[in-house]
Amino acid sequence: MLLDNLLSIIIFIPLIAAAILGLFLRGDDEAAQNNAKYVALAATLASLLASLFLLAGFDPDDTGFQFVEQGEWILGLTYKLGVDGISVLFVMLTTFLMPITILACWDVTHRVKEYMIAFLVLETLMLGVFCALDLVLFYLFFEGGLIPMFLIIGIWGGANRIYASFKFFLYTFFGSVLMLVAMVAMYVDAGTTDITALLNHNFGSDTMEVFGVHILGGLQTVLWLAFFASFAVKMPMWPVHTWLPDAHVQAPTAGSVVLAAILLKLGGYGFLRFNLPMFPVASDLLADFVLWLSAIAIVYTSLVALMQEDMKKLIAYSSVAHMGYVTAGIFAANQQGVDGAIFQMISHGFISGALFLCVGVIYDRMHTREIDAYGGLVNRMPAYAAVFMLFTMANVGLPGTSGFVGEFLTLMGMFQANTWVAAVAATGVILSAAYALWLYRRVVMGDLIKESLKSITDMTRRERWIFAPLVIMTILLGVYPSLITDVIGPSVGDLLSGYETAVAEFNATNAVADAGGQ
Amino acid sequence: MSADLSIILPEIFLSIFAMVMLLVGAYGGKDKLASLFVWITAAVLVAVGAWIGFQGAGTARAFGGMFIDDGFARFAKVTILLSAAAVLLMSEGYMARRDLLRFEYPLLVVLAAVGMMVMVSAGDLIALYMGLELQSLSLYVVAALRRDSVKSTEAGLKYFVLGALSSGLLLYGASLVYGFAGTTLFAGIIEAAQGETPIGLLFGLAFIAAGLAFKISAAPFHMWTPDVYEGSPTPVTAFFATAPKVAAMGLFARVVHDAFGGVVSDWQQILAVLSVASMFLGAIAAIGQTNIKRLMAYSSIAHMGYALMGLASGTAQGVESMLIYMAIYVTMNIGTFAFILSMQKDGAPVVEISALSLYSKREPMKALAMLVLLFSLAGVPPLVGFFGKYAVLLAAVDAGLVWLAVLGVIASVIGAFYYLRIVYLMYFGAEESELDKGGSGILWGFLVASAAAMVLGVVNLFGVEGAAAAAAATLVN
Repeated sequence: MLLDNLLSIIIFIPLIAAAILGLFLRGDDEAAQNNAKYVALAATLASLLASLFLLAGFDPDDTGFQFVEQGEWILGLTYKLGVDGISVLFVMLTTFLMPITILACWDVTHRVKEYMIAFLVLETLMLGVFCALDLVLFYLFFEGGLIPMFLIIGIWGGANRIYASFKFFLYTFFGSVLMLVAMVAMYVDAGTTDITALLNHNFGSDTMEVFGVHILGGLQTVLWLAFFASFAVKMPMWPVHTWLPDAHVQAPTAGSVVLAAILLKLGGYGFLRFNLPMFPVASDLLADFVLWLSAIAIVYTSLVALMQEDMKKLIAYSSVAHMGYVTAGIFAANQQGVDGAIFQMISHGFISGALFLCVGVIYDRMHTREIDAYGGLVNRMPAYAAVFMLFTMANVGLPGTSGFVGEFLTLMGMFQANTWVAAVAATGVILSAAYALWLYRRVVMGDLIKESLKSITDMTRRERWIFAPLVIMTILLGVYPSLITDVIGPSVGDLLSGYETAVAEFNATNAVADAGGQ
Repeated sequence: MSADLSIILPEIFLSIFAMVMLLVGAYGGKDKLASLFVWITAAVLVAVGAWIGFQGAGTARAFGGMFIDDGFARFAKVTILLSAAAVLLMSEGYMARRDLLRFEYPLLVVLAAVGMMVMVSAGDLIALYMGLELQSLSLYVVAALRRDSVKSTEAGLKYFVLGALSSGLLLYGASLVYGFAGTTLFAGIIEAAQGETPIGLLFGLAFIAAGLAFKISAAPFHMWTPDVYEGSPTPVTAFFATAPKVAAMGLFARVVHDAFGGVVSDWQQILAVLSVASMFLGAIAAIGQTNIKRLMAYSSIAHMGYALMGLASGTAQGVESMLIYMAIYVTMNIGTFAFILSMQKDGAPVVEISALSLYSKREPMKALAMLVLLFSLAGVPPLVGFFGKYAVLLAAVDAGLVWLAVLGVIASVIGAFYYLRIVYLMYFGAEESELDKGGSGILWGFLVASAAAMVLGVVNLFGVEGAAAAAAATLVN
């Protein structure tokens, strides 16, 4: 039955298309280039279509994994896929954004075939991350994404692309290998790599002593830290975010879109899939640590964003700030916080993707990302100014756009968990308005005085088509957020009830131990 | 006696084959026959490999336990024979074009292979030494095959002197072991080496380990490797990087488990230290290399570190992971050396990494295959190289060596850098490479096949896992 393998179909359609391109497409003339683009577009659309079936067949009230596929694999691993309320929307986000990404690189002429292959392979790997229900399978997809992204930045990137690609690769690779050791340790401890089974496995939380240091939370804390190292880099969280601005600035437009809109979400998804449910005790112990890191990230990177002279860098720093809300929301560990975090990730996927596309539109015309090189674009590009306006406002978190819902929910969650963190984070909202609006003023408003801009043209039809779905989604989710919260709510509630039980149990045992000690 | 002989029939057959070839070569056409010899030899090696591979299960001992034919030996032998055959086929064109193809070359490879087969089957210190020396002596000669080249001669001499030193260490250790255990048979040593082991026996163990570490070029006994790799003709380097490594690792596993299986904790430390030193030295020293052969030498040192990590866990799972790792390693190296052999400019071999600048534009398919191999060597998922690393990590953590696993993955990040550097040159470079296009179909075939294996192997590892598990079970129980 086709529907039984729906997830595999969604995941591997792009890979198959990539293989077809790689093996059968010859030549580098215009016809071949167009063929490559159309094949890639068709594959991503097919994947989107298949994922619509997934969404239609998904039952939000069922908190378990659905569309599960399971098969034997090598080295004691299983090939197991499935989605629950937390992951299904990320699958949708990916399949939704990939056709847009492909359209966004329609003007590329340099090694088009390889470019398309890289994006198709990347899509398969990203989709795999959200669907994998086996630890090592997850790792495989999670790390595999580095290869195409390394090539995308390195081959099609800007002037300083080589430094950026190496930094990107080694930074994230280093973060992840520690997670690999933790995964191996989990396998040894639990005897399985099946994520469903691991979610029900209680990892030891008795205080451990390593080289004379007492570790509260024991094995859980150690494993938590290893996973944290990987996801915090991927997220990225302050202070390990430094690879992101470099990577973003140097990556081609489409690469930036994928990076900001989807790849950054892998970290947040990882926190939700592993850290919170599998190591609840450690998450509880370290929650304040993460909350404060997030608050610092929000304020600090917003301030840094203010001072940027490069548009892409500015948006990259703003991404780091927005991801701060996500991590804070996740580790606030209450329904609003986690719901908000997921909402924020999805909405940020649309908004940041769109903002990078906005930069791409004028970069394609002027070949510079310097803010100072622009000004008064509204006079020649009214449509562009309107679109850019919308996404600037969404980025700021204006009510009525999806950005508002995510920020509001996470702030509410944070407030319940740690009022001070919420207070600090809330100042970030003001700062984000400052840098975003200032950017907008400098680029779009004012008189068109720069000679070079006098002949700039407004968006083409293709560009308008690219933005249309993003505009619709941003507003739709802004005015009707239950579209998302209804899907994720039950799964999040289930996750949190398990979390709270585990934490309460731990605290009770510790209280008993303390009482016994006295 | 005839039962004994039937057990070592493959070895006898290959030895006779080598001698017949020698006679025919010496009295016949000499080097005119060399090409033909290479093809015949490769075919014979594959045939013997298949013969051994399909021999079925069971353990047989010959000559009072001096020679053991079990699943472990068969796994190692098949790997050795197939990789030797592959390397022979790859060398033919390269050597013929440079007038290096002597009829002795395939012959020495066969003799080395016989030595390796004896090594992995050794059940006695003397058998071990015999196998090791047969292999080493053949390799010394092959390393110096290009007599008119200073570098090649130097490589051969260096290899010989250091190899002799390591043999000396090994013999010294063997004599100590004999002195304290009263026997050279592994079956006897393991009885003596239980519980409170006499200190002399441990000294012997340490010396034997040092001698073997020389052969697998584990740090700090690796000094000969870069020079020998660089100086030898490239096909010979390819040979050094594959079959002898498998044989020496197999021998190492056999000695520590068959002879010293009772004192795991004693040799575990030695192997763990060798492993850490090799992983880090290989990763760090390779960064500065500009010669791709030297780079591969350091890469192989690092890889031996990972294989040793599996062995250091001291469990059946550890041996299994080591065998899987070696099988994957050999496959990757054959592909990589096929690529290196095809690097030439105006017909002259090129070994400078910088010559690969923007190679992807010149030869997209070959560059892509090499890209896959490099990421696989770096152990980046989803390529098969990752599963080798995963297997040894699993074994190490399972055996409680978490610190070793953590150090291993850190070294792998450092190591990723120099593999990435080649990718960077091939794909992001500035000026287009001037290397020759096209080239030998055989090399292209091996390169692409090996790269394809690294991708397709993700599905089921081509059944290597099951075979390795069975092999490991016969060694450790």
